[in-house]
Amino acid sequence: MLLEAAGIRKSFAGVHALRGVSFDLRPGEVHALVGENGAGKSTLVKIIAGAQTADAGSLRVAGQLVEHYTPAMARALGVAVVYQQPALFPHLTVAENIALALESGGPSRGLWRRVDWRASDGRARELLARAGCVIDPRRLVSSLSMPEQQLVEIAKAIGARSRVLILDEPTASLGTREAESLFGVIDSLRAAGAGIVYISHRLEEIVRIADRATVLRDGQTVATLARGAFGPAELIRLMVGREISAIFPKCELPLGEVVLETRALGSRAAGIRDVSLSVRAGEILGLAGLGGSGRTEFAETLFGLTPADAGEILLGGRPVRIGSPSEAIHRHRIAYLPEDRCRHGVVLEMPITANTTLAHLEAVSRHGWLDNAAERSLTRGLVERLRVKTDSLYTPAGALSGGNQQKVALARWLGTRPAVLILDEPTQGVDVGSKSEIHALMTDLAKQGVAMIMISSDLPEIVGMSDRIAVMHRGSLAGILNRGEATQERVLSLALGAAGAA
Amino acid sequence: MRRGREVALALAILAVAAVMALGAPGFFRFENQRDLVMANMPVAIVALGMTLVILTGQIDISVGSQFAVLSVAAGVLAKSGLPTPAAAVATCLAGALAGALNGALVAYARIPSIVVTLATMVALRDGLRWVTQGAWVQDLPPGFQWFGQSQASSEALTFGAVVLLVAAFAWGLGNLAAGRAFYAAGSNPEAARLAGIDPARVVFAAFTITGALTGLAAFANAVRFSQIPSNAGLGLELQVIAAVIVGGVAVTGGQGSVAGVLEGVILLGMIGPALIFLNISAYWERAIQGAIILAAVALDHGKATRALRRADAAALENHAQRA
Repeated sequence: MLLEAAGIRKSFAGVHALRGVSFDLRPGEVHALVGENGAGKSTLVKIIAGAQTADAGSLRVAGQLVEHYTPAMARALGVAVVYQQPALFPHLTVAENIALALESGGPSRGLWRRVDWRASDGRARELLARAGCVIDPRRLVSSLSMPEQQLVEIAKAIGARSRVLILDEPTASLGTREAESLFGVIDSLRAAGAGIVYISHRLEEIVRIADRATVLRDGQTVATLARGAFGPAELIRLMVGREISAIFPKCELPLGEVVLETRALGSRAAGIRDVSLSVRAGEILGLAGLGGSGRTEFAETLFGLTPADAGEILLGGRPVRIGSPSEAIHRHRIAYLPEDRCRHGVVLEMPITANTTLAHLEAVSRHGWLDNAAERSLTRGLVERLRVKTDSLYTPAGALSGGNQQKVALARWLGTRPAVLILDEPTQGVDVGSKSEIHALMTDLAKQGVAMIMISSDLPEIVGMSDRIAVMHRGSLAGILNRGEATQERVLSLALGAAGAA
Repeated sequence: MRRGREVALALAILAVAAVMALGAPGFFRFENQRDLVMANMPVAIVALGMTLVILTGQIDISVGSQFAVLSVAAGVLAKSGLPTPAAAVATCLAGALAGALNGALVAYARIPSIVVTLATMVALRDGLRWVTQGAWVQDLPPGFQWFGQSQASSEALTFGAVVLLVAAFAWGLGNLAAGRAFYAAGSNPEAARLAGIDPARVVFAAFTITGALTGLAAFANAVRFSQIPSNAGLGLELQVIAAVIVGGVAVTGGQGSVAGVLEGVILLGMIGPALIFLNISAYWERAIQGAIILAAVALDHGKATRALRRADAAALENHAQRA
């Protein structure tokens, strides 16, 4: 066994990411690891790579039980990880990057030894050839495309004589031909006796190249299947296979007029094309898709962050151009609750009051003069309505819990009285109590006739809360499901681009 | 709102004052205090603009050179026959123009502000040297010095104007929607953008206002003398930036108050004269000022580290849900 993990547990700040995962890897096999977003794949990979330490469970690498495991130990034991985002030094050449990875044997080799650059060029050329590509080792990494950078990472792993190679979504940015050549490299590594952990959302690839597949769901191992025992449908069933655990406060309302419509909307900068959909007053339109499928980019286009360069946006039936967030907010009454609240949502240093009124200062000021009493009373109203737990309205947002920060971010947009509210992962990283309060609030807003677009990776949430679900795949719309016909399996099939699944 | 820095600075100022009261009561003579105030007036005025610039997370090291150019410009404008008030307004406008150039390059061309203002600092200073050949502006019109009034009434006027200006900035940053924009854009430009504020416009405004204030400071300073040197404002940028940082404005942007900055100007400004009164070598002035700046930055660093830990904890919580 190259790798044996048993009963691995890991939690972050009380939230369980892994709850008893077992996984093993034999020499000369490709073992696929599959699961929805948030199933625990990345956490498991980080633990195997030594980047994080498990809370409980045992990990054997190359037959050796490891404790106090670090990334350096992982490397010494022959574990290499190629992440989705290559971790290379952009200002150094390919050869320098490879040499740094292979020759820096730590301080034991001496900090002052000379680097033999000429030898490293030849070495890099050879390793790149074994990785199945022709890249000039003297090129700067910043001039390489994403697939080329990934191949450099693989060359590094080959050069380190890694016995365990973990590939995290290696084909996400590759074209068909590049993917084929990668499969060739994987075959030759497998033939040489290495073990490969292969993570991908592309189920057809997994069926094609994996010898075994392990399915993770909610931080647990659901099943490990041998080649021949799994097909795409079986994998999807195992990945989803959960009951809708929470009761969603969904209330089916008669829908109003179409408020927002897009016709063949596209934006090259945002990487989306040909998106046609509509939202009615009082409707919650779920927007599903994998990370990187263009959901957030579509929202950013509607909000004027990356203005559209193709197609039309219609508001109340009239075509409009949305060139900036300010136009979206003030002229078109569109609100956007961004995905990463710490980076884009609340301003951590600012008090709750200033955070709440930031997008509609005109409501609490006259001719640019702020009315502190008006600001206080508006904030107090929203804080009470959203049940933000705080001692004072002047507490800095950074001192609140995640759920309460999200409520403050939401309060900002409720204050603008939007006609269209876009919520990007509104309950991600939010505690269960705040989550159901946010859902109740959405139902409330629907009753008031607000048109909502809810982006979510949480399948039960999207199926439970949406009137209709639009599913995106690689920058365009894969399909739209009505509430009656939407199941988690169908949403996931569309998101994975499984042909004819809907 | 936490007011720790303002209180700490007030105590430091009181401590220096107490030492002076015991050691050299002559320090508090009206004439001495008046000279001290007048000498630090340009620093106080320019520091208001610098507060905005640093709040937005930028820096402007060209204010000293701007000050020199605008001082000469004030004299040349006055000699051209423009009435003194009109010359004052024209000097401010010229300053705004210089600031707008910095602002446009930083906000719209997206060149780092340290590079842009280093370039304008050198270009303005050496351009001025080349144009004037080092000559001072002399033979100013009779109505120019002290606005043609008595020294006492003019000083009172300038002092009153600066007090009003400081009060207006202090109040405006806290109570105007525009003031909020400076804090938001400096603290988290991305969040500000998503809230409909244009951070580039805010940065542009900060530099432009700084330029206009530098013009005002240059003019208020020029009228005190009968001729205008072509090398005025040497090292002004350092004095101003030091005062703003000691005043508790975070160099990373988004935090600080005008009250703190004013105290920073006072504390740093009184060190030099205090040493002279105490018969301590003036060479200590820079060393003591340096120590004060280091202490202030160390305090900020402690604060920032704690804030980072908070943000890390929040990010970790997010991550746990996602991973």
